Amino acid sequence: MDLSFSPSEDAFRAEARAWLTAHVPDTPLPSLETAEGFAAHREWEHTLHADRWSVVSWPEEYGGRGASILEWLIFEEEYYAAGAPGRVSQNGINLLAPTLFEHGTAEQRARVLPPMASGDVVWAQAWSEPEAGSDLASLRSTARRTDGGWLLAGQKTWSSRAAFADRAFGLFRSDPHTDKPHQGLTYVMFPLDADGVTVRPIGRLDGKPAFAELFLDDVSVPDEDVIGEVGQGWRVAMSTAGNERGLTLRSPGRFTAATDRLTALWRTTADPSDTALRDRVADAVIGARAYRLFTYAAASRLAAGGSIGAESSLNKVFWSDLDIALHETALDILGPYGELADHAAESPAHGSWAEGYTFSLAGPIYAGTNEIQRDIIAERLLGLPKGRR
Amino acid sequence: MRFLLDDEQREFARSLDGMLTAAGTPAVVRAWSTGDHGPGRALWARLAEAGVFALAVPEEQEGVGVRPIELAVGFTELGRHAVPGPLVETVAVAALLDHLDDTAPATAWLPGIASGKTAASLCLLTPDSPYALDADAADVVFVVTEDTVRVAESAGPVQPSADPARRLARPLGGTVLAQGPGVRAAAAHAAGIAALATAAQALGLGRALLDRTVDYVKQRTQFGRPIGSFQAVKHRLADTLIALEFAQPLIHASAIALAAGQPDCARDLAAAKVAAGEAAYGAARTALHCHGAVGYTEELDLSLWIRKARALRTAWGTPAACRARVLTG
Repeated sequence: MDLSFSPSEDAFRAEARAWLTAHVPDTPLPSLETAEGFAAHREWEHTLHADRWSVVSWPEEYGGRGASILEWLIFEEEYYAAGAPGRVSQNGINLLAPTLFEHGTAEQRARVLPPMASGDVVWAQAWSEPEAGSDLASLRSTARRTDGGWLLAGQKTWSSRAAFADRAFGLFRSDPHTDKPHQGLTYVMFPLDADGVTVRPIGRLDGKPAFAELFLDDVSVPDEDVIGEVGQGWRVAMSTAGNERGLTLRSPGRFTAATDRLTALWRTTADPSDTALRDRVADAVIGARAYRLFTYAAASRLAAGGSIGAESSLNKVFWSDLDIALHETALDILGPYGELADHAAESPAHGSWAEGYTFSLAGPIYAGTNEIQRDIIAERLLGLPKGRR
Repeated sequence: MRFLLDDEQREFARSLDGMLTAAGTPAVVRAWSTGDHGPGRALWARLAEAGVFALAVPEEQEGVGVRPIELAVGFTELGRHAVPGPLVETVAVAALLDHLDDTAPATAWLPGIASGKTAASLCLLTPDSPYALDADAADVVFVVTEDTVRVAESAGPVQPSADPARRLARPLGGTVLAQGPGVRAAAAHAAGIAALATAAQALGLGRALLDRTVDYVKQRTQFGRPIGSFQAVKHRLADTLIALEFAQPLIHASAIALAAGQPDCARDLAAAKVAAGEAAYGAARTALHCHGAVGYTEELDLSLWIRKARALRTAWGTPAACRARVLTG
């Protein structure tokens, strides 16, 4: 067993740290969840991309560095430790890009990935529908065949930052006559400014217009924007859920950096005799350490030729619970100042705890609710019988 | 970076698991609980043959060198099978004697520990370690008081634990074996090894509780369906697995830190101890609940695991003490 880094990994860490020290803005950018903040964060993507730090794990031809999983984890640790801005391109990078690497054509990769890496094209996901949430396969939006392409129709919702983004990807029912709901679906990319697309922003829990619903009225899409085989969209979408994506959705660096800040906040602000609070801080530290080590073990397994699969569900439940607990602890340490809105003048730490708390509340819901994840753990890892949901 | 057990370590775990499965530990535990230590000592000898105790003893004392990772792997299997006896205390004694300035005590006792001839117990008379476990079944009992190590004259008054396989003693009297500032450092090493071995034992215990409960809920039928098909049951078991899976890397990483002599390894050990202790205790609560009333009985072997989980949660580092250590180092 070896937990040490190689000289080249240490050098990579040093290079990343030096670059971040030189480039991370001194004052935080405006909230990513607003139009103004979105533009500022897109600008930050350009800065990252200019020195090839936006997609380190991608091949060089698409703007990456061909970094290993371990190097990616190192980069993320440094990124969040440096207090660098949130990633406006995360949905494209974490969700669409792995699908393109596995199922896309060379033409699609060459066309889609470079502008994603630079932040010139920011992607939104269009999975959920008003009647299809956890039961995603029951979705009703359709893709109808036309000459050389498809017409998309229906409604998508809870699409994060779609009000500001450029393009979206989602699943559409291309064959209405199948035996099972997850058959006959097709994975399609489409522009958000196309004729027939109406984007209606929806305020999130904190009022920021970062949610949106999409109304699609015969939106025309060429064949080149279908990923994988027609009718195989479910398999295409799910195949990337179980590999590295399980690792890359939320990197441990986020939580180690957040718990370092939490520990500092506790040391400077909290009553040391309040052992109940101390225990919660300790649990956050232990949780972040466990998540980091668990991820190193998973990365080691992948590097040794293993796979991840349903184990990514363990990750999802763990980090989403950890994220809420550590933010709740921070707000409790802040006491009455924890109530201040993130954009309030006196909001502690530039509102980062307040905004982080709101963001953490979504964790157990998105990317497959934690109930779905626990079903997967119980059925695929423990071998328990399927039951009614 | 290769944060995975190697083939040899996995094979060590598999062979111990196989040996302990064949040995039928529940009968051994029940005998031990009634004061019949014969089957337990016979099993002890087989564990020694498999090399478990030699992993805590340097080569010059007839061990295989102190190997914390392999110790953690071995103790996970001992926990999985709820093996009784002062196992943790014996390897902690090895660490204590190995770190004394004077090598004579190590020369006197460690070869016997490595070979399985000597079962030892230990108490440090600290808040983490007020009693010597199973002192009445041990061949020798060591007591540390601040900067002094004594070999106890007798096991002293012995009290039952809520886990009937454990007996808690307050050893009496004895002769001074070592004295001086070096004793404190040696006792810290002993406490570290004890925390690691206890955490590993808890992990194995929790895994066994989960495995047994998964088997049970698959075959137990109510309302015409296996209860394991109900979401309320499934999700509780899923949470149990999550807690165990995330405790394991903390244990392995703290073993690496201990092996490397890293100065902050006490903090890492404390994190591992809390996580493993809570995961095993949670597994015991879930196992009890999912078995229903039959889980609440002494006659079901599950009770041997359930009661040990509660004991290991506080042995060699209470959750509160460990959480404090995580923040203070």
